[in-house]
Amino acid sequence: MLNRLRNPWPDHRAERTLGAVALFACLCVLAMIVLVAQRAWPIFAHNGLSWLGSGGSLKAQIETMLNAPGNPPASAYHLRAWPIIYGTLLITGLAVLLALPLALLSSIFIVELAPVPMRRTMVRVVRVLASVPSVVWGLIGILVLVPFIGNHVISPSQRASMEGTVQLTGAGLAPAVLVLALMITPIMVALICDALVAVPAAWREGAAALGVNRVRAIRAVTLRAVRPAIVAAAVLATARALGEAIMISMVSGSIFFAPRPGDGATFFFEPLRSLASTIVDYHEGISAPALSAALYAFALLLLFSAFVLSIGGYLIKLPLRRYQVRP
Amino acid sequence: MSTFVSQPAERPARSRGRGSSIRAWRWSDRLLLLAAWGAGLTLCAVVAAVVLYMALRGIEYLSPTLLFSRPAAGLTQSQTGGFLDPLLGTLLLTAIGIAIAAPLAICSALWIVEYGQGGRGRQTLTRVVESSIEIVAGTPDIVIAFVGLALFQLHLFAWASEVGEGGGVTGKSFLAAGTMMSLIALPPIFVAVRDGLQGVPAHTREAAFALGKTRVATIRRVLLPSVRANIATGVTLGVSRIIADTAIVVVLLGDTLRIEPQAHGGLPVLGLLKGTGSSLTSFIYDNSPAGEAGAPQKAYAAAFVLLAFVLALNLLVERISRARARSTGFVAAVEGIV
Repeated sequence: MLNRLRNPWPDHRAERTLGAVALFACLCVLAMIVLVAQRAWPIFAHNGLSWLGSGGSLKAQIETMLNAPGNPPASAYHLRAWPIIYGTLLITGLAVLLALPLALLSSIFIVELAPVPMRRTMVRVVRVLASVPSVVWGLIGILVLVPFIGNHVISPSQRASMEGTVQLTGAGLAPAVLVLALMITPIMVALICDALVAVPAAWREGAAALGVNRVRAIRAVTLRAVRPAIVAAAVLATARALGEAIMISMVSGSIFFAPRPGDGATFFFEPLRSLASTIVDYHEGISAPALSAALYAFALLLLFSAFVLSIGGYLIKLPLRRYQVRP
Repeated sequence: MSTFVSQPAERPARSRGRGSSIRAWRWSDRLLLLAAWGAGLTLCAVVAAVVLYMALRGIEYLSPTLLFSRPAAGLTQSQTGGFLDPLLGTLLLTAIGIAIAAPLAICSALWIVEYGQGGRGRQTLTRVVESSIEIVAGTPDIVIAFVGLALFQLHLFAWASEVGEGGGVTGKSFLAAGTMMSLIALPPIFVAVRDGLQGVPAHTREAAFALGKTRVATIRRVLLPSVRANIATGVTLGVSRIIADTAIVVVLLGDTLRIEPQAHGGLPVLGLLKGTGSSLTSFIYDNSPAGEAGAPQKAYAAAFVLLAFVLALNLLVERISRARARSTGFVAAVEGIV
């Protein structure tokens, strides 16, 4: 057997082996989707798609699931998960809104405006920013940002206004959004920079030959050419932000509460939960069948949204190919 | 009108270097310039603040005893020990993850670039493989962790994980966590190797074929050596992904204080692989105010060690890619982010 391996391989066998390995990677993905869907099925069987909607107290529903007996009655599967879906949308949407201008401006800076040594430093900075582990972000968030907001930003009157509903400790929407925005900025910068670099130099030179200054050329030519890439970067960063679990579980307060936009500035300090952080918070309850089904349903929703968003990002980038700007 | 006439006379005095002075720009243009500089410098400031703060706190709280003593259960800070076991856990997880991911990724990339282009069926398969790896890359790590839990709780894989109370399969072990970690490390290795192979000029292959080498021999003797730097880059990126991941460890490794091998009749190594433990990331998570242990000083110290690892790997990637790797585009420079 070993001798046969040591001899030179015929081409067709090598091809088949390598192809089989490549196929195995595809099968893994398929198995992944099937497994999650199968585990999540009871939730869909008992609630249909209405578990995505709102109704009742989510906390009570989760508690019921956690305490249900080994073979839970149908009533234990009742789930209306809107508060955490809303929380996920809120954190992700605000973080992307915050990160997009920062990422766009710094990509313009890196590719078009920065002096050469500065550019090299910036690339390094972006790479370091991208590689800071999410648990370190969470640690900074919970030990620096949250106490700061709790002690210096939230006013006593704001605290008093929420008396009896939730306690404002500083952990909540604002620190989660701030830290998440910093976490997704490097992804956006990388994607936008890549598109900016790919804009043909002749276009820029053409604009310069018409007598406009550098910044005007950027606005009129370069930015317009890479518009699809900017949207794609936002979409792909959204996909990344949706799945962030550990950091959000650490700094968002981890309370089943839906922040109310009607509360004015207090809105930003109200605690909440996202889909991913709920999964982390309750992973030890996985042995309760009903709760396990609910957590897998959340995971399936995350998987599905990440999938849709990455297809969306791909489709948005297609027009770039038309005029040879390789995304 | 007169101002327009007088302009040409002024121009030589104003034009320096590029021929246009910022003073002549419109306000909106100046604002954009300023904002771009501001954004760039903000990013630098944030990174500098994070790294410096962690370094200060880390140096303040880190001590050799913390680094080399095993964690223990205790009532006070001085009794709970250090983080030797989490450190070893991180190393073990990385080893398992890379051992699984690297061959998978390299073989897939080889098949796609060297065999996947001829004919319609193969091109379809190529696209399927590439997009499924993209799906893996886009899947949140917490979802991957739960997939692992579902997978290793199957009776088929009962041999690979810890046995819980009452003989149930918990699906938690080094093997389970490491296998799922390989999914995280797979995409960066795949992308790096694929880009490297695509960057090898066609005449290199043709020269090998002209000398009578088979495709396999070309791959082994010509292509693999020439993308060695790309493989190294990809693996380094994979390693930095694995050591930075928390969710998989928290869910799939059991998150016990010490490395706890399972009783096993046969090989001692299998007992270790079946056992549970923790990693640096889960140690930080548990010792932060969000976790159970709640010892922020130890969390800071461990986070400093983790960040030092990550930055060192960063430097390594830069070294390798500057020296040898065949790269394309800017993303290659910020590789592994996407």
